[in-house]
Amino acid sequence: MYLNRRQILAAGLATGATFALPAVAASPAGAQLKFTRNNILSVRESPNSYEDITTYNNYYEFGSGKPDPAANAHSLRTRPWSVTVAGEAEITGKFTLEDILKPHALEERVYRLRCVEAWSMVIPWVGFPLRDLIRRFKPTSKAKYVAFKTLFDPKQMPGQRYAALDWPYVEGLRMDEAMHPLTLMVVGLYGHILPNQNGAPLRLVMPWKYGFKGIKSIVEIRFTERQPPTAWNLAAPNEYGFYANVNPEVDHPRWSQARERRIGSALFDARQPTLMFNGYAAEVASLYRGMDLRKYY
Amino acid sequence: MTFEQQIRWIYKPLLFVACLLPLGRMVAGAFGFAGVSLGANPIDEIQDTFGKWTLNFLLITLCVTPLRQLTGVNALLRLRRMLGLFAFTYAALHFSNYLFLDQSLDLSAIVEDIAKRPYITIGFTGFLLLIPLAVTSTNRMMRKLGRRWQKLHRLVYVVAILGVWHFYWQVKADVREPLLYAAGLTLLLGYRIWRQRRRSTAVPRVAPAQPSQSLPG
Repeated sequence: MYLNRRQILAAGLATGATFALPAVAASPAGAQLKFTRNNILSVRESPNSYEDITTYNNYYEFGSGKPDPAANAHSLRTRPWSVTVAGEAEITGKFTLEDILKPHALEERVYRLRCVEAWSMVIPWVGFPLRDLIRRFKPTSKAKYVAFKTLFDPKQMPGQRYAALDWPYVEGLRMDEAMHPLTLMVVGLYGHILPNQNGAPLRLVMPWKYGFKGIKSIVEIRFTERQPPTAWNLAAPNEYGFYANVNPEVDHPRWSQARERRIGSALFDARQPTLMFNGYAAEVASLYRGMDLRKYY
Repeated sequence: MTFEQQIRWIYKPLLFVACLLPLGRMVAGAFGFAGVSLGANPIDEIQDTFGKWTLNFLLITLCVTPLRQLTGVNALLRLRRMLGLFAFTYAALHFSNYLFLDQSLDLSAIVEDIAKRPYITIGFTGFLLLIPLAVTSTNRMMRKLGRRWQKLHRLVYVVAILGVWHFYWQVKADVREPLLYAAGLTLLLGYRIWRQRRRSTAVPRVAPAQPSQSLPG
Protein backbone atom coordinates (compact mmCIF):
# COMPACT_ATOMS: atom_id res chain seq x y z
CA MET A 1 0.00 0.00 0.00
CA TYR A 2 1.63 3.21 -1.07
CA LEU A 3 1.68 5.69 1.80
CA ASN A 4 1.98 9.37 1.10
CA ARG A 5 5.57 10.12 1.98
CA ARG A 6 4.78 13.64 3.06
CA GLN A 7 2.08 12.49 5.44
CA ILE A 8 4.29 9.88 7.05
CA LEU A 9 7.15 12.33 7.38
CA ALA A 10 4.89 14.99 8.84
CA ALA A 11 3.44 12.52 11.29
CA GLY A 12 6.90 11.34 12.20
CA LEU A 13 8.14 14.85 12.72
CA ALA A 14 5.12 15.88 14.75
CA THR A 15 5.23 12.91 17.08
CA GLY A 16 8.98 13.35 17.51
CA ALA A 17 8.16 16.17 19.88
CA THR A 18 6.06 14.07 22.22
CA PHE A 19 8.54 11.26 22.54
CA ALA A 20 10.72 11.35 25.64
CA LEU A 21 13.34 8.84 24.59
CA PRO A 22 14.64 6.71 27.46
CA ALA A 23 18.25 7.26 28.42
CA VAL A 24 19.31 3.79 27.32
CA ALA A 25 17.25 2.08 24.66
CA ALA A 26 18.20 -1.21 23.13
CA SER A 27 16.17 -0.36 20.07
CA PRO A 28 14.82 2.85 18.53
CA ALA A 29 11.92 4.44 20.37
CA GLY A 30 11.33 7.56 18.28
CA ALA A 31 8.83 7.76 15.45
CA GLN A 32 9.50 5.71 12.36
CA LEU A 33 10.61 7.46 9.19
CA LYS A 34 9.88 6.66 5.55
CA PHE A 35 13.04 6.32 3.51
CA THR A 36 14.75 4.36 0.79
CA ARG A 37 18.02 2.55 1.30
CA ASN A 38 20.97 3.97 -0.65
CA ASN A 39 23.11 0.90 -1.14
CA ILE A 40 25.61 2.54 -3.45
CA LEU A 41 26.73 5.06 -0.83
CA SER A 42 26.51 2.61 2.09
CA VAL A 43 29.35 0.49 3.43
CA ARG A 44 28.97 -3.29 3.61
CA GLU A 45 30.09 -3.55 7.24
CA SER A 46 27.42 -4.29 9.83
CA PRO A 47 26.34 -1.26 11.83
CA ASN A 48 26.96 -0.84 15.53
CA SER A 49 24.16 -1.55 17.93
CA TYR A 50 21.58 1.15 18.55
CA GLU A 51 22.58 1.04 22.20
CA ASP A 52 26.24 1.75 21.47
CA ILE A 53 25.42 4.53 19.00
CA THR A 54 23.07 6.26 21.43
CA THR A 55 25.01 5.83 24.69
CA TYR A 56 28.58 6.64 23.62
CA ASN A 57 28.51 10.24 22.47
CA ASN A 58 30.65 13.35 22.40
CA TYR A 59 28.12 16.14 22.81
CA TYR A 60 29.67 18.46 25.39
CA GLU A 61 26.54 20.61 25.48
CA PHE A 62 25.21 17.84 27.72
CA GLY A 63 28.39 17.00 29.63
CA SER A 64 31.84 15.83 28.63
CA GLY A 65 31.52 12.18 29.64
CA LYS A 66 30.51 9.67 27.00
CA PRO A 67 27.33 8.57 28.84
CA ASP A 68 26.36 12.18 29.69
CA PRO A 69 24.42 13.07 26.52
CA ALA A 70 22.22 9.98 26.81
CA ALA A 71 21.53 10.83 30.44
CA ASN A 72 21.02 14.58 30.04
CA ALA A 73 19.79 15.34 26.53
CA HIS A 74 16.15 14.81 27.46
CA SER A 75 15.96 18.52 28.34
CA LEU A 76 16.40 19.51 24.69
CA ARG A 77 13.16 20.63 23.04
CA THR A 78 13.40 19.62 19.41
CA ARG A 79 9.92 20.90 18.44
CA PRO A 80 9.22 23.60 17.51
CA TRP A 81 12.54 24.09 15.74
CA SER A 82 13.66 26.68 13.22
CA VAL A 83 16.71 27.04 11.05
CA THR A 84 17.98 30.43 9.89
CA VAL A 85 19.50 30.55 6.41
CA ALA A 86 21.69 33.61 5.99
CA GLY A 87 24.62 35.13 4.14
CA GLU A 88 25.57 35.10 0.47
CA ALA A 89 22.43 33.57 -1.03
CA GLU A 90 19.39 34.74 -2.98
CA ILE A 91 16.93 33.16 -0.55
CA THR A 92 17.49 33.72 3.16
CA GLY A 93 15.29 33.84 6.23
CA LYS A 94 14.10 31.89 9.23
CA PHE A 95 12.41 28.61 8.35
CA THR A 96 10.55 26.04 10.40
CA LEU A 97 12.10 22.60 10.49
CA GLU A 98 9.12 21.28 8.54
CA ASP A 99 9.78 23.78 5.71
CA ILE A 100 13.45 22.82 5.69
CA LEU A 101 12.72 19.10 5.46
CA LYS A 102 9.52 19.00 3.39
CA PRO A 103 10.89 18.75 -0.19
CA HIS A 104 13.53 16.13 0.58
CA ALA A 105 13.20 12.39 0.10
CA LEU A 106 14.92 10.55 2.91
CA GLU A 107 17.60 7.94 2.33
CA GLU A 108 19.24 5.51 4.68
CA ARG A 109 23.01 5.43 4.34
CA VAL A 110 25.30 3.24 6.39
CA TYR A 111 28.42 5.34 6.96
CA ARG A 112 31.62 4.84 8.87
CA LEU A 113 32.19 7.43 11.60
CA ARG A 114 35.71 8.08 12.82
CA CYS A 115 36.16 10.18 15.94
CA VAL A 116 39.34 12.22 16.34
CA GLU A 117 39.86 10.31 19.61
CA ALA A 118 40.71 7.24 17.49
CA TRP A 119 37.57 5.18 17.90
CA SER A 120 35.05 4.44 15.17
CA MET A 121 31.58 3.10 14.50
CA VAL A 122 29.38 2.14 11.58
CA ILE A 123 26.08 4.02 11.69
CA PRO A 124 22.86 3.74 9.64
CA TRP A 125 21.89 7.37 9.26
CA VAL A 126 18.67 8.60 7.67
CA GLY A 127 18.86 11.93 5.87
CA PHE A 128 19.23 13.76 2.58
CA PRO A 129 22.16 15.32 0.70
CA LEU A 130 23.13 18.79 1.94
CA ARG A 131 23.66 19.66 -1.72
CA ASP A 132 19.91 19.48 -2.35
CA LEU A 133 19.22 21.81 0.57
CA ILE A 134 21.88 24.30 -0.53
CA ARG A 135 20.50 24.46 -4.08
CA ARG A 136 17.11 25.59 -2.76
CA PHE A 137 18.59 28.78 -1.31
CA LYS A 138 20.63 29.71 -4.41
CA PRO A 139 23.98 30.75 -2.95
CA THR A 140 25.70 33.50 -4.95
CA SER A 141 29.19 33.36 -6.43
CA LYS A 142 30.48 35.02 -3.26
CA ALA A 143 29.53 31.94 -1.24
CA LYS A 144 32.79 30.04 -0.92
CA TYR A 145 31.97 28.36 2.40
CA VAL A 146 28.98 27.10 4.32
CA ALA A 147 28.96 27.82 8.07
CA PHE A 148 26.76 26.12 10.68
CA LYS A 149 25.74 26.95 14.20
CA THR A 150 24.26 24.85 17.03
CA LEU A 151 21.59 26.01 19.45
CA PHE A 152 22.82 28.08 22.37
CA ASP A 153 20.54 27.68 25.40
CA PRO A 154 22.16 26.69 28.69
CA LYS A 155 18.72 26.05 30.16
CA GLN A 156 18.17 23.23 27.68
CA MET A 157 21.83 22.31 27.30
CA PRO A 158 23.31 22.23 30.83
CA GLY A 159 26.83 21.57 29.55
CA GLN A 160 26.86 25.06 28.07
CA ARG A 161 27.00 26.51 31.57
CA TYR A 162 30.68 25.56 31.56
CA ALA A 163 32.88 26.92 28.77
CA ALA A 164 34.59 23.67 27.82
CA LEU A 165 34.22 25.07 24.29
CA ASP A 166 33.19 28.52 23.09
CA TRP A 167 29.42 28.18 22.80
CA PRO A 168 27.54 27.96 20.52
CA TYR A 169 29.30 25.17 18.62
CA VAL A 170 30.18 26.30 15.10
CA GLU A 171 31.41 24.41 12.08
CA GLY A 172 32.03 25.04 8.42
CA LEU A 173 32.79 23.46 5.09
CA ARG A 174 34.28 24.57 1.82
CA MET A 175 31.51 24.86 -0.76
CA ASP A 176 32.72 21.87 -2.78
CA GLU A 177 32.78 19.74 0.40
CA ALA A 178 29.26 20.91 1.26
CA MET A 179 28.06 20.06 -2.27
CA HIS A 180 29.65 16.62 -2.25
CA PRO A 181 27.14 13.77 -2.65
CA LEU A 182 28.35 12.11 0.56
CA THR A 183 27.61 15.13 2.76
CA LEU A 184 24.41 14.33 4.58
CA MET A 185 21.87 16.35 6.53
CA VAL A 186 20.69 13.76 9.04
CA VAL A 187 17.29 13.49 10.76
CA GLY A 188 17.16 9.82 11.70
CA LEU A 189 18.98 6.75 12.93
CA TYR A 190 18.10 3.10 12.36
CA GLY A 191 15.00 4.21 10.46
CA HIS A 192 13.62 6.26 13.34
CA ILE A 193 13.80 9.86 14.41
CA LEU A 194 17.25 10.85 15.63
CA PRO A 195 17.60 10.74 19.43
CA ASN A 196 18.55 13.99 21.17
CA GLN A 197 21.99 12.75 22.18
CA ASN A 198 22.88 12.15 18.52
CA GLY A 199 22.15 15.73 17.46
CA ALA A 200 18.38 15.96 16.99
CA PRO A 201 16.54 17.28 15.15
CA LEU A 202 19.04 18.05 12.39
CA ARG A 203 22.73 17.36 12.17
CA LEU A 204 25.53 17.16 9.61
CA VAL A 205 27.48 14.03 8.73
CA MET A 206 30.62 13.87 6.60
CA PRO A 207 32.01 10.36 6.84
CA TRP A 208 35.48 11.20 5.51
CA LYS A 209 36.16 13.73 8.22
CA TYR A 210 36.65 13.40 11.96
CA GLY A 211 33.33 13.25 13.78
CA PHE A 212 33.59 16.69 15.36
CA LYS A 213 32.88 18.21 11.92
CA GLY A 214 29.40 16.66 12.19
CA ILE A 215 27.73 19.59 13.92
CA LYS A 216 24.56 18.74 15.83
CA SER A 217 21.21 20.39 16.51
CA ILE A 218 21.70 22.96 13.75
CA VAL A 219 19.92 26.33 14.05
CA GLU A 220 21.77 28.34 11.44
CA ILE A 221 23.23 27.79 7.98
CA ARG A 222 25.19 30.71 6.59
CA PHE A 223 26.92 31.11 3.22
CA THR A 224 30.16 32.99 3.66
CA GLU A 225 32.97 34.39 1.60
CA ARG A 226 35.67 33.74 4.18
CA GLN A 227 36.57 30.49 5.93
CA PRO A 228 34.35 30.35 9.04
CA PRO A 229 35.59 29.60 12.56
CA THR A 230 35.10 26.07 13.86
CA ALA A 231 34.63 25.17 17.54
CA TRP A 232 37.47 22.70 18.07
CA ASN A 233 39.91 24.76 16.04
CA LEU A 234 39.13 27.71 18.31
CA ALA A 235 39.70 25.55 21.37
CA ALA A 236 43.03 24.07 20.25
CA PRO A 237 44.26 25.34 16.87
CA ASN A 238 47.36 23.15 16.83
CA GLU A 239 45.27 20.01 17.39
CA TYR A 240 42.08 20.44 15.34
CA GLY A 241 42.08 21.91 11.87
CA PHE A 242 39.39 23.25 9.58
CA TYR A 243 39.56 20.32 7.18
CA ALA A 244 39.87 17.51 9.75
CA ASN A 245 40.10 14.87 7.05
CA VAL A 246 40.69 11.41 8.47
CA ASN A 247 44.37 10.74 7.81
CA PRO A 248 46.41 7.95 9.42
CA GLU A 249 49.63 9.69 8.39
CA VAL A 250 48.99 12.90 10.31
CA ASP A 251 49.02 12.33 14.04
CA HIS A 252 47.13 14.38 16.55
CA PRO A 253 49.85 16.13 18.60
CA ARG A 254 48.94 14.00 21.61
CA TRP A 255 48.12 10.64 20.05
CA SER A 256 48.59 8.57 16.92
CA GLN A 257 45.90 8.49 14.24
CA ALA A 258 47.26 5.39 12.58
CA ARG A 259 44.98 2.89 14.30
CA GLU A 260 41.44 3.08 15.68
CA ARG A 261 39.35 1.21 18.23
CA ARG A 262 36.24 -0.14 16.49
CA ILE A 263 33.42 0.15 19.02
CA GLY A 264 31.71 -3.20 19.47
CA SER A 265 34.87 -5.21 18.92
CA ALA A 266 35.80 -7.80 21.54
CA LEU A 267 38.01 -7.00 24.52
CA PHE A 268 41.05 -8.74 23.07
CA ASP A 269 40.63 -7.51 19.51
CA ALA A 270 43.41 -5.27 18.29
CA ARG A 271 42.85 -1.78 16.98
CA GLN A 272 42.32 -1.68 13.25
CA PRO A 273 44.30 0.44 10.80
CA THR A 274 42.76 3.81 10.03
CA LEU A 275 42.02 4.34 6.35
CA MET A 276 42.83 7.48 4.42
CA PHE A 277 39.69 9.64 4.33
CA ASN A 278 38.09 6.97 6.53
CA GLY A 279 37.88 4.64 3.52
CA TYR A 280 36.18 7.20 1.29
CA ALA A 281 39.31 8.18 -0.66
CA ALA A 282 37.83 7.10 -3.99
CA GLU A 283 34.93 9.47 -3.48
CA VAL A 284 36.66 12.53 -1.97
CA ALA A 285 40.40 12.51 -2.64
CA SER A 286 39.89 14.65 -5.76
CA LEU A 287 38.66 17.53 -3.58
CA TYR A 288 42.11 17.79 -2.01
CA ARG A 289 44.39 17.08 -4.94
CA GLY A 290 47.59 19.08 -4.60
CA MET A 291 46.77 20.16 -1.05
CA ASP A 292 49.34 19.53 1.67
CA LEU A 293 47.25 17.44 4.06
CA ARG A 294 49.83 17.76 6.83
CA LYS A 295 49.66 21.55 6.68
CA TYR A 296 45.90 21.67 6.21
CA TYR A 297 44.93 19.15 8.84
CA MET B 1 41.37 -5.27 71.85
CA THR B 2 43.42 -2.11 71.80
CA PHE B 3 42.88 0.39 69.05
CA GLU B 4 46.22 -0.65 67.55
CA GLN B 5 45.07 -4.25 67.47
CA GLN B 6 41.76 -3.25 65.94
CA ILE B 7 43.55 -1.44 63.19
CA ARG B 8 45.79 -4.41 62.52
CA TRP B 9 43.25 -7.21 62.62
CA ILE B 10 39.96 -5.61 61.64
CA TYR B 11 40.26 -2.27 59.88
CA LYS B 12 43.26 -3.00 57.74
CA PRO B 13 41.87 -6.26 56.28
CA LEU B 14 38.53 -4.57 55.64
CA LEU B 15 40.29 -1.69 53.95
CA PHE B 16 42.28 -4.18 51.86
CA VAL B 17 39.07 -5.68 50.54
CA ALA B 18 37.62 -2.24 49.87
CA CYS B 19 40.73 -1.27 47.89
CA LEU B 20 40.15 -4.26 45.63
CA LEU B 21 36.63 -3.18 44.73
CA PRO B 22 37.50 -0.99 41.72
CA LEU B 23 39.49 -3.88 40.25
CA GLY B 24 36.68 -6.29 41.07
CA ARG B 25 34.21 -4.05 39.31
CA MET B 26 36.29 -3.96 36.14
CA VAL B 27 36.68 -7.74 36.13
CA ALA B 28 32.94 -8.16 36.68
CA GLY B 29 32.22 -5.72 33.86
CA ALA B 30 34.62 -7.46 31.49
CA PHE B 31 32.67 -10.69 31.93
CA GLY B 32 29.26 -9.14 32.35
CA PHE B 33 28.86 -10.40 35.92
CA ALA B 34 26.41 -8.89 38.37
CA GLY B 35 24.92 -6.62 35.74
CA VAL B 36 28.04 -4.45 35.57
CA SER B 37 28.54 -2.89 32.16
CA LEU B 38 31.68 -1.17 30.96
CA GLY B 39 29.81 0.68 28.21
CA ALA B 40 30.50 0.85 24.51
CA ASN B 41 34.26 1.21 24.89
CA PRO B 42 35.30 -1.15 27.73
CA ILE B 43 39.03 -0.75 27.22
CA ASP B 44 38.76 3.01 27.64
CA GLU B 45 36.54 2.59 30.68
CA ILE B 46 39.07 0.23 32.28
CA GLN B 47 41.94 2.60 31.45
CA ASP B 48 40.10 5.57 32.99
CA THR B 49 39.09 3.65 36.11
CA PHE B 50 42.56 2.27 36.82
CA GLY B 51 44.12 5.67 36.11
CA LYS B 52 41.80 7.55 38.45
CA TRP B 53 42.25 5.02 41.21
CA THR B 54 46.01 5.33 40.89
CA LEU B 55 45.63 9.04 41.54
CA ASN B 56 43.06 8.42 44.28
CA PHE B 57 45.38 6.07 46.12
CA LEU B 58 48.33 8.41 45.70
CA LEU B 59 46.34 11.24 47.25
CA ILE B 60 44.90 9.03 49.98
CA THR B 61 48.41 7.84 50.83
CA LEU B 62 49.55 11.45 51.05
CA CYS B 63 46.70 12.12 53.49
CA VAL B 64 47.97 9.62 56.04
CA THR B 65 50.82 11.66 57.49
CA PRO B 66 48.84 14.91 57.83
CA LEU B 67 45.98 13.00 59.44
CA ARG B 68 48.39 11.33 61.81
CA GLN B 69 49.97 14.66 62.73
CA LEU B 70 46.67 16.42 63.19
CA THR B 71 44.87 13.68 65.13
CA GLY B 72 47.80 12.08 66.91
CA VAL B 73 46.60 8.62 65.89
CA ASN B 74 49.94 7.04 65.08
CA ALA B 75 48.35 3.74 64.20
CA LEU B 76 47.26 5.26 60.90
CA LEU B 77 50.83 4.80 59.75
CA ARG B 78 50.17 1.06 59.57
CA LEU B 79 47.85 1.69 56.65
CA ARG B 80 50.16 3.85 54.61
CA ARG B 81 52.23 1.11 53.05
CA MET B 82 49.18 -0.83 51.97
CA LEU B 83 47.60 2.24 50.43
CA GLY B 84 50.84 3.13 48.63
CA LEU B 85 51.15 -0.37 47.24
CA PHE B 86 47.60 -0.14 45.95
CA ALA B 87 48.56 3.04 44.13
CA PHE B 88 51.37 1.06 42.53
CA THR B 89 49.03 -1.83 41.76
CA TYR B 90 46.50 0.35 40.00
CA ALA B 91 49.28 2.13 38.11
CA ALA B 92 50.56 -1.25 36.97
CA LEU B 93 47.06 -2.30 35.95
CA HIS B 94 46.56 1.01 34.08
CA PHE B 95 49.84 0.50 32.23
CA SER B 96 49.11 -3.18 31.56
CA ASN B 97 45.69 -2.38 30.14
CA TYR B 98 47.40 0.05 27.81
CA LEU B 99 50.06 -2.48 26.78
CA PHE B 100 47.89 -5.56 26.35
CA LEU B 101 44.31 -4.51 25.63
CA ASP B 102 44.70 -1.09 24.07
CA GLN B 103 47.90 -1.54 22.08
CA SER B 104 47.82 -5.36 21.77
CA LEU B 105 51.55 -5.43 22.55
CA ASP B 106 52.36 -3.53 19.34
CA LEU B 107 55.84 -2.65 20.56
CA SER B 108 56.74 -0.14 17.85
CA ALA B 109 53.49 1.77 18.44
CA ILE B 110 54.09 1.69 22.19
CA VAL B 111 57.66 2.93 21.96
CA GLU B 112 56.54 5.68 19.59
CA ASP B 113 53.77 6.69 22.00
CA ILE B 114 56.10 6.86 25.00
CA ALA B 115 58.70 8.81 23.05
CA LYS B 116 56.47 11.17 21.06
CA ARG B 117 53.41 11.89 23.22
CA PRO B 118 54.45 14.07 26.16
CA TYR B 119 51.56 13.06 28.38
CA ILE B 120 52.47 9.39 27.96
CA THR B 121 56.15 10.15 28.56
CA ILE B 122 55.40 11.67 31.94
CA GLY B 123 52.85 8.99 32.80
CA PHE B 124 55.40 6.30 32.03
CA THR B 125 58.06 8.14 34.03
CA GLY B 126 55.72 8.34 37.01
CA PHE B 127 55.13 4.61 36.79
CA LEU B 128 58.85 3.88 36.56
CA LEU B 129 59.49 5.98 39.67
CA LEU B 130 56.88 4.00 41.57
CA ILE B 131 58.79 0.76 41.01
CA PRO B 132 61.70 1.45 43.41
CA LEU B 133 59.15 2.65 45.95
CA ALA B 134 57.20 -0.60 45.68
CA VAL B 135 60.34 -2.72 45.77
CA THR B 136 61.64 -0.98 48.92
CA SER B 137 58.34 -1.11 50.74
CA THR B 138 59.19 -4.19 52.81
CA ASN B 139 60.29 -4.13 56.45
CA ARG B 140 63.63 -5.62 55.49
CA MET B 141 64.25 -2.87 52.97
CA MET B 142 63.29 -0.21 55.47
CA ARG B 143 65.86 -1.57 57.93
CA LYS B 144 68.47 -1.96 55.24
CA LEU B 145 68.13 1.56 53.87
CA GLY B 146 67.75 3.32 57.19
CA ARG B 147 67.65 7.05 56.77
CA ARG B 148 68.00 6.79 53.00
CA TRP B 149 64.58 5.11 52.87
CA GLN B 150 62.89 8.31 53.96
CA LYS B 151 64.74 10.29 51.31
CA LEU B 152 63.93 7.78 48.55
CA HIS B 153 60.26 7.73 49.39
CA ARG B 154 59.97 11.46 48.98
CA LEU B 155 59.81 10.48 45.30
CA VAL B 156 56.10 9.91 45.86
CA TYR B 157 55.66 13.69 45.68
CA VAL B 158 57.19 13.69 42.20
CA VAL B 159 55.06 10.70 41.17
CA ALA B 160 51.87 12.40 42.34
CA ILE B 161 52.71 15.59 40.41
CA LEU B 162 53.53 13.61 37.27
CA GLY B 163 50.30 11.62 37.65
CA VAL B 164 48.05 14.66 37.88
CA TRP B 165 49.92 16.33 35.01
CA HIS B 166 49.52 13.17 32.92
CA PHE B 167 45.77 13.33 33.52
CA TYR B 168 45.59 17.05 32.73
CA TRP B 169 47.44 16.65 29.44
CA GLN B 170 45.32 13.69 28.41
CA VAL B 171 41.97 15.49 28.65
CA LYS B 172 40.61 17.05 25.45
CA ALA B 173 38.82 20.13 26.72
CA ASP B 174 37.08 19.66 30.07
CA VAL B 175 39.92 20.18 32.53
CA ARG B 176 37.77 20.39 35.64
CA GLU B 177 38.49 16.90 36.97
CA PRO B 178 42.29 17.11 36.57
CA LEU B 179 42.16 20.56 38.20
CA LEU B 180 40.28 19.07 41.13
CA TYR B 181 43.06 16.52 41.61
CA ALA B 182 45.62 19.31 41.25
CA ALA B 183 43.85 21.27 43.97
CA GLY B 184 43.85 18.26 46.30
CA LEU B 185 47.51 17.61 45.62
CA THR B 186 48.39 21.27 46.18
CA LEU B 187 46.69 21.09 49.57
CA LEU B 188 48.54 17.94 50.58
CA LEU B 189 51.95 19.15 49.42
CA GLY B 190 51.30 22.66 50.68
CA TYR B 191 50.62 21.25 54.13
CA ARG B 192 54.03 19.61 54.16
CA ILE B 193 55.76 22.77 53.01
CA TRP B 194 53.99 24.78 55.70
CA ARG B 195 54.92 22.25 58.36
CA GLN B 196 58.52 22.20 57.21
CA ARG B 197 58.67 26.00 57.44
CA ARG B 198 57.19 25.96 60.93
CA ARG B 199 59.73 23.41 62.08
CA SER B 200 62.72 25.29 60.67
CA THR B 201 61.69 28.63 62.19
CA ALA B 202 60.58 27.13 65.48
CA VAL B 203 62.27 28.40 68.61
CA PRO B 204 64.56 25.65 69.91
CA ARG B 205 63.62 24.34 73.33
CA VAL B 206 65.97 25.58 76.07
CA ALA B 207 66.91 23.82 79.31
CA PRO B 208 65.42 25.34 82.45
CA ALA B 209 67.40 28.44 83.46
CA GLN B 210 70.20 27.95 86.05
CA PRO B 211 69.67 29.82 89.26
CA SER B 212 72.51 32.33 88.72
CA GLN B 213 71.38 35.42 90.51
CA SER B 214 71.27 35.88 94.20
CA LEU B 215 67.99 37.32 95.14
CA PRO B 216 68.14 40.65 96.73
CA GLY B 217 67.89 40.08 100.37
